[in-house]
Amino acid sequence: MDRVDAANEIKRAEWLQMYYYLRLTRSLEDRIAALYRQGRIVGGCYTSHGMEAIAVGYASALERDDVIAPFHRDMGAFLIRGITPGEVLAQYLGKRTGPTKGKDGNVHMGDLKRGIIGFVSHLADNLPVAAGAALAFKIRGERRVVFTGTGDGGTSRGDFHEAMNFASVRKLPVVFFCNNNQYAYSTPIRLQMTIANVVDRAKAYGMPGEIVDGNDVAAVFLAAKRAIARARAGEGPTFLEFKTMRMHGHSEHDAAKYVPRELLEEWKKKDPILRAEQRLRELGYADEAHFHDVGLRVQKEIDVGLEFAEQSPLPEGREVLEGVFANPDEVEP
Amino acid sequence: MNSATATEVTYLEAISQALDEEMTRDERVFLMGEDIGAYGGAFKITEGFIEKYGEWRVLDTPLSESGFVGAAIGAAMMGLRPVVEMQFADFISCAFDQITEVAAKNHYRWGAPVPMVIRAPFGGGVHGGPFHSECPEGWFFHSPGLKLVAPSTPYDAKGLLKAAIRDPNPVIYFEHKFLYRRIKEVLPREDYIVPIGKAAIRRQGNDLSVITYGAMVHLALEAAQQLAAEDIDVEVVDLRSLMPLDKETIYGSVRKTGKAIMVHEDNKTGGIGAELAALLAEDCFDSLDGPILRVAAPDTPVPFSTPLEEFFLPKTSDIVAAARKLAAY
Repeated sequence: MDRVDAANEIKRAEWLQMYYYLRLTRSLEDRIAALYRQGRIVGGCYTSHGMEAIAVGYASALERDDVIAPFHRDMGAFLIRGITPGEVLAQYLGKRTGPTKGKDGNVHMGDLKRGIIGFVSHLADNLPVAAGAALAFKIRGERRVVFTGTGDGGTSRGDFHEAMNFASVRKLPVVFFCNNNQYAYSTPIRLQMTIANVVDRAKAYGMPGEIVDGNDVAAVFLAAKRAIARARAGEGPTFLEFKTMRMHGHSEHDAAKYVPRELLEEWKKKDPILRAEQRLRELGYADEAHFHDVGLRVQKEIDVGLEFAEQSPLPEGREVLEGVFANPDEVEP
Repeated sequence: MNSATATEVTYLEAISQALDEEMTRDERVFLMGEDIGAYGGAFKITEGFIEKYGEWRVLDTPLSESGFVGAAIGAAMMGLRPVVEMQFADFISCAFDQITEVAAKNHYRWGAPVPMVIRAPFGGGVHGGPFHSECPEGWFFHSPGLKLVAPSTPYDAKGLLKAAIRDPNPVIYFEHKFLYRRIKEVLPREDYIVPIGKAAIRRQGNDLSVITYGAMVHLALEAAQQLAAEDIDVEVVDLRSLMPLDKETIYGSVRKTGKAIMVHEDNKTGGIGAELAALLAEDCFDSLDGPILRVAAPDTPVPFSTPLEEFFLPKTSDIVAAARKLAAY
């Protein structure tokens, strides 16, 4: 695909918004990692550092009524769907104002009102769930689409295959993606599968697939747009392989010494924010002053969010007993 | 009810009626499972449904329990009311992760209700062998966020399934295969539910309480009848709901009789009977006049060959023997 032409299909406002969310994601997760190192955040700390273009690109391609069942390195998608930095930080700090009220931590959050199906650690578990959400849309004749994905490691799970197969058989309006960041925790892709590209898995399900440069937000956005349009038109699911590189450890405690330094150096040059800035300059959409200004804006937003999160109350211990079952008034009668 | 037009309905027909009536009442209700469409299901519960409701409300799925249970979770969260059929309860193990990690925890973790039903044809006595006879309720009993029901009569089969479909939570509905075509009764014509969380006293008695569910209720009643001839007056408590348990009814019965026998077809170790014994020891100790006994299957897989399966399954005589032992205290 000709990237220059493709990039031209993106409106300036869309470009600037995606750039904003790339920066917000990077800065927010950098702040989270810093808080983790200070011991103020405990538990898991999974960032999308160097992979921000995937979630920002696909979430920008969706419409408001669509639904996502994100991967755990999709912070940008949470933000674009309307989870605020303050809520994210409250979630990480285990505060009652986080989307899970302290019941779960970090990226394990969801909100049906904002079209986000909560992430489950058992990778690929949410792919059949996403297919089922798409089934509901198809049964009701709605034009809504579900976007879901997992990592390279997650594609080894049976649920990945069961979801791909079921969605394809029933031509469901769902888009599957793989964030291929080359490592599943410490396991390199060569120990995960023998195929050259993860996208080859789609062939088994008669599903079209596409390899996409996961560090190019424009390429992700446009590939997602095509797949979403196909799903919305009733033509069934598509599989997108976003090729990228995990630049940090699996979680922030992990120094990732098993990753060759040269590989990281090589991918550092492909940083999605640097590449977005280069394109914005080339297109004449933004300049250094804009980039600087965005940096200040996102820091301010994060400062405000952190203040909100820190001032928010922790849950009371006994709240552990609440919410095991839903009450009848929580669903349509 | 006009007895001239009243017809007896089997346990299986009661399940089928509940599905049909709920699908007519609420267009959000739909079915998924293996061979439930043109074939009408392995036990013919959904015979004729695909003709009546179409292939998007009666979905034949790939052989993919985890996939279609996951799909039911997603559809439920988007506002539909899926009822999925396990062809046999044994195959529910393939969907264990979706049930215990996704369906059971979604509301607790992030407030998303998952109103869905999993029908699980369970139990032995049908020459099914190790993979078509299991009682897997114990696995899910230990998993917070799931409701579990196990009817023993056609009336309850219908009323509990309707209640399960209308419940805002994931409900596993354990239907006993042995009862499908063996018991019949006349059901009310009007719509009714059997509320989840309420046990039933099937027989009043003063000397000891037999607490059980599913097909074992009928064995307990047979045993009670035999024991009546020996002046042992047995009360039979049919749990109906395994989660939540109706502690009020259970405790009320045991406080009255002072003696309790738990009966289930599931393996003995770590079964629901073990939990009930612990609850009674904790909460009703002062009322107990004897040890809490359990009659349950041995800790083996369900065997195939007839003498092996007959040995494996709890029998009326086992309940009678346990009752005599306990009555002597």
